[in-house]
Amino acid sequence: MSATIIRNGRIIDPVNGRDSVEDLFIVDGKIANQSAAKNQQSKSAEIDASGLIVAPGLIDMHVHLREPGFAHKETIASGARAAAAGGFTTVVCMPNTLPVADNPSTITWIRDRARDTASVRVLPTGAISKNLEGLELAPIASIVQSGVVAITDDGKCVQNHELMRRAVEYARMVGVPVLDHCQDYNLVGNGVVNEGEWSTLLGLSGWPAAGEEAMVMRNILLAELCDHRIHCQHISAAGSVRLIREARGRGVKISGEVCPHHIALTDAAIQNFDTNCKMNPPLRTQADIEAIIEGIADGTLTILCSDHAPHAAFEKEVEFDQAPFGIVGLETELGLFIDILVHKRKAISINRLIEMFTLEPAKLLKIDAGTLSTGVKADITLIDPKIEWTARTSESLSRNTPFNGWELKGRAVRTIVGGKTIWQL
Amino acid sequence: MTTTRWNRKDLLGLRELSADEINLVLDTADAFKQVGTREIKKVPALRGKTLVNFFVEPSTRTRTSFELAAVRLSADVINVSAATSSLSKGETLKDTAKILEANHVDIIVLRHSSAGAPQFLAERLRSSVINAGDGAHEHPTQGLLDTYTVREKKKRIEGLNVAIIGDILFSRVARSNIFALTKLGACVTLVGPSTLLPRDFEKLGVTISYDIDEVLPTADVVNLLRIQHERQRKEYFPGIGEYIRLFGLTKERAKLLKPDCLIMHPGPINRGVEIDSELADGNQSVILDQVTNGLAVRMAVLYLCGGIAA
Repeated sequence: MSATIIRNGRIIDPVNGRDSVEDLFIVDGKIANQSAAKNQQSKSAEIDASGLIVAPGLIDMHVHLREPGFAHKETIASGARAAAAGGFTTVVCMPNTLPVADNPSTITWIRDRARDTASVRVLPTGAISKNLEGLELAPIASIVQSGVVAITDDGKCVQNHELMRRAVEYARMVGVPVLDHCQDYNLVGNGVVNEGEWSTLLGLSGWPAAGEEAMVMRNILLAELCDHRIHCQHISAAGSVRLIREARGRGVKISGEVCPHHIALTDAAIQNFDTNCKMNPPLRTQADIEAIIEGIADGTLTILCSDHAPHAAFEKEVEFDQAPFGIVGLETELGLFIDILVHKRKAISINRLIEMFTLEPAKLLKIDAGTLSTGVKADITLIDPKIEWTARTSESLSRNTPFNGWELKGRAVRTIVGGKTIWQL
Repeated sequence: MTTTRWNRKDLLGLRELSADEINLVLDTADAFKQVGTREIKKVPALRGKTLVNFFVEPSTRTRTSFELAAVRLSADVINVSAATSSLSKGETLKDTAKILEANHVDIIVLRHSSAGAPQFLAERLRSSVINAGDGAHEHPTQGLLDTYTVREKKKRIEGLNVAIIGDILFSRVARSNIFALTKLGACVTLVGPSTLLPRDFEKLGVTISYDIDEVLPTADVVNLLRIQHERQRKEYFPGIGEYIRLFGLTKERAKLLKPDCLIMHPGPINRGVEIDSELADGNQSVILDQVTNGLAVRMAVLYLCGGIAA
């Protein structure tokens, strides 16, 4: 029997509508009430959380851990360390590994690997289509039985609307949401940056916002047709926000998520061909940023995530149009979101921000996480919303980010999984 | 002569150059043009320097022009093409460039299909890097030689009406011309099918037109771009026949031109497509002057940048 008391923190637990300065008790790795803690024989450990927020362990529902297949970019272990350093106790990893997570044995391998090497909870997703090719359905029910929390072809997008429709219908039967990377291949072509002033100036192939919006619209229609949840990943365009807002207003089971880079930078950041500003979907315009922040503020966009996409330096240090898409994000996302959304733009409260990292993804994925209710596993993130720090990535195996060196306000200072501190500042 | 000093080791594009810097190159090219008319066409300006013509994308005229320019400046020249370089074996551009530099190459002239590739090299090498065309981004020496040719024939740039006609979207020549000409005060009009001429170009301080017949009568210069079949996807325009009907400089259309309007083309020409074959060889055409001037301009660029590199 062991007990820990987190003293004098501001406990924010959206699931229970709790926001008060109190002590939080942990007994045997679980959240306990005060009387259970007092019955402890041994002396309790204490953590002083004065001036800090005590939040449920944060969930990042969109990361690429690269294992199996690309361990030179990231491993499940190193990705988990990066998650812990960013304040995350649960991450949801995408299936575009090698082999692709489109079969039970690969998913079992990922879960075993996570159990053996990861310090945070790693929840895999499975592919929608075999080998992410968009041609035929992966064995979705078998994948779900092997323990995924959602299906997605992330990185790719099923172009065939009929196949997507059947995937959504099938997913409804087995009870998992469908996550979609919204990209119309015909409209996007070989686009590498937002289509607009900068693509024109630099002679780089444009990726028009309509290439995302068309698929968001498709997903709205299919969510309606199949009466099942489709979640649109990494929303980058103003039009997507409008479409989702309208559909949610009508009760359609559609939702959307936001990555920090899509509100922190515009496509002007690519003007020196910096491949650390190349991601998919691409950085867009100030008008898109405004629309996304408005969508976060009014509840149209419900989830915050990183799309943590590690690539080795030698892979990114090539000609712009040949560089892979994506940036790392786990260690900087919380700071960027607090700094931009809470402090600078005052778009949402810190309470809502925590909700978007806990209650919202837990509800969407129907997972047992994201709360400080008595009896649940003690996954806890201590956040200092006022601390000033310089953004850096140090735990991930990769360094592909434009944010190193940014001065930010707010971050996680301690990460606790199952009652055990796995990282602290 | 301008009193501007040149302090760039690289020439990556014309967007970042000032009007004074552009004029400095053009003035320097004036001096080198004289050299080409002498019996001995060689000066010792880059004697002992080594230049690599590194052409990852095929080119004959630009490569030859740079090679001649370097030879006339007494530099030693090596030609490397994609097929003969280790790039074809999967070596990265960075490694290939580092190996060139380890061989103490002073100047690298790079032609590459990816926008930004010259900047990528320039940031990593002490050698001078000269952009000989990068994707659809810039072709600065072409922009300079076109501007030089206009200045030579018209004695000025400011206030001239210059029409650039054709495939603007995929054209690095168009972009470099736009930057140079607008900085020097020309009024630039872009003409082409709407699919190859997005409205975002207006932000570069130019006028956009989809009606060539409206533009030709006031033009002092028309610069026709090659319609590049090889880089085109069929959805951009229905076919060559319709292109010629809407935008080809036919003999009939040429009647709209002022008698002293210059006809330019960066080559290679599709005779009978963007321009009527006879017009390409006619008395308004300055296409061969462009080639001659290209040599002088490239000598000027190599001389200026070669003098800066460590």
